[in-house]
Amino acid sequence: MCVGVPMQVISIEGDQALTEVDGVKREASLMLLDQEVKVGDFVIIHAGFAISKLDEEDAKATLELMREVFEPELMG
Amino acid sequence: MNYQDSFRDKELVQGLARRIAELTRGRKKPLVFMEVCGTHTMAIYQYGLRSLLPPEVKLISGPGCPVCVTPNGYLDRAIALSRLPDLTITTFGDMLRVPGSSSSLMEERAKGADIRVVYSPLDAVRIAAANPAKRVVFLGVGFETTAPTVAGSILAAKAQGLSNYFVLASHKTMPQPMAILSADPDLSVDGYICPAHVSAIIGADAYRFLCAEYQVPCVVTGFEPTDVMQGVEMLARQALQGESRVEIQYSRVVRWEGNAKAQGLLAEVFTPFDAPWRGIGVLPGSGLRIADAYGEFDAELALPVQVEELKEHQGCLCGEILKGKVAPGDCPLFGGKCTPESPVGACMVSSEGTCAAAFKYGR
Amino acid sequence: MNDDLILLGHGSGGKLSHQLLDELIIPNLSGVPAAGQNDAALLNIGGVKLAFTTDSYVVDPIFFPGGNIGDLAVNGTVNDLAMMGARPLCLSVGFILEEGFLKSELARIVISMREAADAAGVAIVTGDTKVVPRGKGDRIFINTSGIGAVEHSLSINGAAARVGDKVIVNGCIGDHGIAVLSAREGLEIDSGIKSDSAPLNGLVTELLPLGDALHVLRDPTRGGVATTLKEIALQSGVTVKLSEENLPVNAGVKGVCSILGLDPLYVANEGKLLALVAPERAGEALAIMRRHPLGKDAAVIGEVTESSAGRVVMETMVGGVRGVEMLAGEQLPRIC
Repeated sequence: MCVGVPMQVISIEGDQALTEVDGVKREASLMLLDQEVKVGDFVIIHAGFAISKLDEEDAKATLELMREVFEPELMG
Repeated sequence: MNYQDSFRDKELVQGLARRIAELTRGRKKPLVFMEVCGTHTMAIYQYGLRSLLPPEVKLISGPGCPVCVTPNGYLDRAIALSRLPDLTITTFGDMLRVPGSSSSLMEERAKGADIRVVYSPLDAVRIAAANPAKRVVFLGVGFETTAPTVAGSILAAKAQGLSNYFVLASHKTMPQPMAILSADPDLSVDGYICPAHVSAIIGADAYRFLCAEYQVPCVVTGFEPTDVMQGVEMLARQALQGESRVEIQYSRVVRWEGNAKAQGLLAEVFTPFDAPWRGIGVLPGSGLRIADAYGEFDAELALPVQVEELKEHQGCLCGEILKGKVAPGDCPLFGGKCTPESPVGACMVSSEGTCAAAFKYGR
Repeated sequence: MNDDLILLGHGSGGKLSHQLLDELIIPNLSGVPAAGQNDAALLNIGGVKLAFTTDSYVVDPIFFPGGNIGDLAVNGTVNDLAMMGARPLCLSVGFILEEGFLKSELARIVISMREAADAAGVAIVTGDTKVVPRGKGDRIFINTSGIGAVEHSLSINGAAARVGDKVIVNGCIGDHGIAVLSAREGLEIDSGIKSDSAPLNGLVTELLPLGDALHVLRDPTRGGVATTLKEIALQSGVTVKLSEENLPVNAGVKGVCSILGLDPLYVANEGKLLALVAPERAGEALAIMRRHPLGKDAAVIGEVTESSAGRVVMETMVGGVRGVEMLAGEQLPRIC
């Protein structure tokens, strides 16, 4: 279950944010978040609510790990 | 950073596929991993990931589609409510086609019931605020990802002083059925692909007891294709080394402790109860109903209706399919009596149900 | 499920629509060619070859980004004629209006019908207007029928796909469906996407010189590219293999589809055509399209690989393979 989309925060007004993905904009509630968000941050939006913030450092580390996994093989 | 495209990289997916094949090459008995969550099931079909995995790795689908596990009785009550005057049912699109004992919401809509598909429970609250003469019932289904959004809608309705917004709640929680599955001697699963967004709420710590009690590897995995492949790779490594611990593949979103605020909201608005699961039965403490303090918003208490007598569908193997014991093609109804246009069991109803996905993409 | 009722899904253009046609409508009418599977009927009247078609429009909302129910009704019928390789000549229009509908809105719709007809080079020559009591209709429904001249001797139809044919689309898919969906009350999504509603007869005129190499033309309206290709695969008894990487999709369509859990392959188009062209002329067909204003994003999205089974498969963007079926019921926003 749980279609959730990474969307970027464009503006914040109280508990509401305007969020965007691929140029598509939709209001989302921030009331479920326990992390502070600011304009420019990415959040996972599910059913009109931000449920979690995305961590760019972790995302890069994950991609790095994925690349490492097959690099030795490509060289061999 | 583009958080979608970066994780849909063809070369990465293929590289991970090669690595999985290398790791498992020559294994006699395939490694069986269960994706517990329906959104994983959809992603695996949508990206054709099964075709990229070696025969030594088998993925099976578990009970994690909330629409699939919603019992007949719930639909029967929703349908009975939809027949009340001045009542609007609001729902996620997935629920429309789910059959109850003798009808479905889609059929009731064709007969004139006011049933509206919304994207967010807050849209349902907006409809209630704009139509004070109507009673607006939201169908609260879903796991721990969705339940907090419904809790949020109840708090919003309360804050606005609305007395015409109600929720028919049948939320489910994830760890309990995983424990039941793990304890099932007929079922041998070598690892769980744990849900992505459920875990964003409950945290990866929630799976530790599974590793401790049942020695089964758990990897909290994202929904993009590289995520799924990496999750499988991490599970294969654990399984081959005889390990069983919780790992977080989806670390850009999921934390060990989860989302404390959302957990607090769940504890505030809902109370755990012994929920019935379609095809599985009643599982102790596996559901969330509305807490007494919010009883005025509980459609079951506030809007009493006569509900028709429960009828279960005959011959449908949904229960076994949900547990991953039987493949969709093994059900005698699959593709004949039971198709996405005319579903018998809930696994065919939801577009992410195991049978619907197998029918749509698998053949 | 109760089998006695017409459901919304019966009008979605997918599998339910086909069942309704094949099981109820066609068997009870005489003179309808098998399964009504082409976009228009071909008639030979005293040695004159004509294409004849009809279509009704019930879109909600009636005004949406990129068009309204009026130009949609003109373009849709023009396109059904064009898909037979016919030159659209004239249209009829039938309005069913709900009591209380605003005259100013009707005027906007009629004016955009005239503009669309002018753009397509067809005349609206006859029509009818009925009014139903308030609550017995939804503001406005429009039916248009059209006649076109068939001035070629090619056999362009859904059963003519051959192994090796390239599948070409004239641009980005899913714009119309997403424009309408995001304009619909309640979803509150700002996609910036406009409907692709457009007359395709000009583009088809450019393609006709491909002659015998032009096997199939079809506009993937309701049910989207997936459903239309599956129809062609079934009619021709072939397997079509799509390449997801090559599917042109606007970012906004991709975004709305992510948010609502939809698949652009199943979303409606109103200014798109699929052309199945013999491989040796496919490059030329693509070049013709790209020169035309309605084809600048044209792309080869797949090919006919086998002469069997009526299957559509797709190589996904990450290199996996999956089957593609027709739309089942309505495509509903899903969240869980």
